[in-house]
Amino acid sequence: MEIKFILNRKEIKAEVEADTILLDLLREKGCYSVKRGCETANCGLCTVLMNKKSVLSCSILAVQADGQEIVTLEGMQKEAEEFGNFLANEGAEQCGFCNPGFLMNVFAMLEEIQEPTEDEILEYLAGNLCRCSGFVGQTRSILKFLQYKKGE
Amino acid sequence: MNYVNKSVQKKDAKALVTGQPVYTNDLAPSDCLIVKVLRSPHAHAIIEEIKTDAAAKIQGIACVLTYKDVPQNRFTMAGQTYPELSPYDRLILDKHLRFVGDAVAIVAGENEKVVDKALKLIKVKYQVLDSILDFHKAKDSEIVIHPEEDWEAKVPVGADNHRNLCASGVESKGDVEELLKTCKYTVEGTYHTKANQQAMMETFRAYTYLDYFGRLNVVAATQVPFHLRRIIGRALGIGASKVRVVKPRIGGGFGAKQTSVAEVYPAIVTWKTGKPAKMIYSRYESQICSSPRHEMEVTVRLGADENGLLRAIDISTLSNTGAYGEHGPTTVGLSAHKPLGLYRNTLAYRFSYDVVYTNHMSAGAYRGYGATQGIFAVESAIDELAEKIGMDPLAFRELNMSREGDAFVGYDGSSVVTSCTLDQCVAKAKEMIGWEEKYPCYETKDGKIRGVGAALAMQGSSIAGIDVGGATIKMGEDASYTLSLGATDMGTGCDTILAQMAADILETKLENIIVFGVDTDVSPYDSGSYASATTYVTGMAVADACRELRKKIKEIGAQILEVPVQETEFDGQKVYTLDGKREVSAEEIAIKGTCGNNQSLHVTVNRSSEISPPPFMAGIAEVEIDRETGSIEVVDYVAVVDCGTPVNPNLARVQTEGGLLQGIGMALYEDIQYNEKGQMRNNSFMQYKIPCRQDVKKIRVEFAPSYEKSHPFGAKSIGEIVINTPCPAIANAVYHAVGLRIKEMPITPEKIAVGLLKK
Repeated sequence: MEIKFILNRKEIKAEVEADTILLDLLREKGCYSVKRGCETANCGLCTVLMNKKSVLSCSILAVQADGQEIVTLEGMQKEAEEFGNFLANEGAEQCGFCNPGFLMNVFAMLEEIQEPTEDEILEYLAGNLCRCSGFVGQTRSILKFLQYKKGE
Repeated sequence: MNYVNKSVQKKDAKALVTGQPVYTNDLAPSDCLIVKVLRSPHAHAIIEEIKTDAAAKIQGIACVLTYKDVPQNRFTMAGQTYPELSPYDRLILDKHLRFVGDAVAIVAGENEKVVDKALKLIKVKYQVLDSILDFHKAKDSEIVIHPEEDWEAKVPVGADNHRNLCASGVESKGDVEELLKTCKYTVEGTYHTKANQQAMMETFRAYTYLDYFGRLNVVAATQVPFHLRRIIGRALGIGASKVRVVKPRIGGGFGAKQTSVAEVYPAIVTWKTGKPAKMIYSRYESQICSSPRHEMEVTVRLGADENGLLRAIDISTLSNTGAYGEHGPTTVGLSAHKPLGLYRNTLAYRFSYDVVYTNHMSAGAYRGYGATQGIFAVESAIDELAEKIGMDPLAFRELNMSREGDAFVGYDGSSVVTSCTLDQCVAKAKEMIGWEEKYPCYETKDGKIRGVGAALAMQGSSIAGIDVGGATIKMGEDASYTLSLGATDMGTGCDTILAQMAADILETKLENIIVFGVDTDVSPYDSGSYASATTYVTGMAVADACRELRKKIKEIGAQILEVPVQETEFDGQKVYTLDGKREVSAEEIAIKGTCGNNQSLHVTVNRSSEISPPPFMAGIAEVEIDRETGSIEVVDYVAVVDCGTPVNPNLARVQTEGGLLQGIGMALYEDIQYNEKGQMRNNSFMQYKIPCRQDVKKIRVEFAPSYEKSHPFGAKSIGEIVINTPCPAIANAVYHAVGLRIKEMPITPEKIAVGLLKK
């Protein structure tokens, strides 16, 4: 069936099956930042924004995106570079495989909570796994980024 | 020096944080055949009959392969230098299945749907055999896991396939039995560590295609491109020269990708069909049929004299290699060699070991590589011994631990402790945690109890006399440099730290160094990124190559200036005469290299090291235990590391933080379990919990750098050592908090609660 949705500010049409998963459709459409790390909705690697809220694209059917607005990291390159610079300053991007999903959820968090506390950060991002960094470098980068944003 | 010991950003940082398509599956051609493997439902079985006709007839299926269709060359998937110590005990597909998840058939087709359909249509009749699921019962069992005649151990490691022995041996110094009898204080204990999954975020994967020369190209998430090339050449019976391996960015490895877990399957499909193919392991497959840590049971006996000097160490290790022997004969050695190396007063030691086959999935390489298991055992026993003597466990360690200039006892990598600040590590860690105030425990306001526990650790820096680091440095026409590497950056940042070293020696900007790797057709040979080798041996190769290139640059400069080379110097920008009167720029020299020139501005160097100088560290855990429920939290963890010069302090810090949390996961939750049928219970992230960010309370890392003179910048390794302290430090902290000595990982609330009830 054909669906229409907005992907990274561009309206697109796609021919999908009833069981096509949004994650697979997004990669098919060239959004390679969207990764699959598990089959049980545990890792957060596939996080994208749907109508400005973060969702796991592994757990959403492509047809559910019909008429909706989807944003992947490909659509937030400026923001990714800006925050990514703080992450890289800690060396906490490491292998990078979890970065896109993590960044998307960071952006969703900042959309939702103006000045998150450290506990709120840890809770909001609990579903984004990272095996390289031990998370502490990621937290440092967020706190420093918030500090920078405050001063801006 | 401008860059070494500075926290510069990783060279690939921008690509990684902006989500660029740089990983294997992002680069695979869209017309790749999808490859999947039918997995054995039985822990031990023989294929009596296999029917593939119906599956092969499905529209879109390119091939269905069984053991009848693939070469019968036994090989090992372990990525090690040749001759591998791991036995040749695998076939791409075997009639004999040895664990739940073993490969029964390979299916390749146009898309996932048709492949999934075909997998269901393969009809297999199995003769189910009795299995060995308890590794205590494996040696000399009537059930033989590798009865095959062509099973081969390339290197004598005490293996005997008819006895389910993958390796076996004893080594010793002095008479440990006699000495233990005379020791005033002795302890004995058996400590059990379980298999754990590396659980890197990117699962195993590779894609393959034939190029215009008909060669098999393999693009893979691998830590060992050169070994992979040889392994595939052997497994397919086509020889290494027909294979090219390319490593793009890798989404984590931790040793998992030092085994060629997935690559042979698309490789054989492409070789048979001529079509590009890819295999992307699901997380389920990565959990049940991959290369986890070896389960080990380590029995330790220690003896100390009346002065508290640790005199006798007896270590006996039983290691479970699972269905195949990948890394079995090598990991076991570290369970003794590393903990032995931590202590200086040992007069006699013995190390005996058996590595046995069972019907679990094959084990493999995992950060720490046996040292983690052995250090848990020895560092637990050390605490018990200190208690018996009536000493503070850290005071006991300070009295006995290795110090710079000592002769190593029992460590096989070096004879002398060439660099070591373990004394500073302990002192600093004690201060950071507040050892004097907190040891052994204190109560919190809400009635919980907090205890502190410590552990020391070491690892190696490369395998002495074996690992090879490689570097090619060349000057481009614009005076930029290209550094080609065979070492495999898997996110750790080795491309960057090696470029930092190159920039300092060439006295140029980091941006002026282009890093390239890895392509086995182009890159210099490097044994790969494992065994904590890269910073150390590849670092040596980089430094030597850059020094050699400096000489060549100077020679061309001197020619242009028409003066003897000894009257010139190169400062990174220009070659100038020592009297300061004349100079020629690096750019002019570079251009000269491209026209009318008989001198290559291109140097390749390979390096091995005769010694493997260990990094050292001290880790102290503070745990909080609820005595009612057994609930445990690591509320603080401090670590002080001597990795020599931290080439990039930020990256060294993140390595440490990440390794500590992985170790905390091993200590508290991670535990591969099998049911009575040999099926793995925790086959997803739902059941196999790895730490999430809310599990981290506080992790604090400091460095106490020694200077390792055998390395051009005084550096040693960092990647593996960092996972070795959490298991013993947390176990010791639990003991100090509630008096329970837990000798089996992981330390679950259940074990604590039940243990306290029994007390």
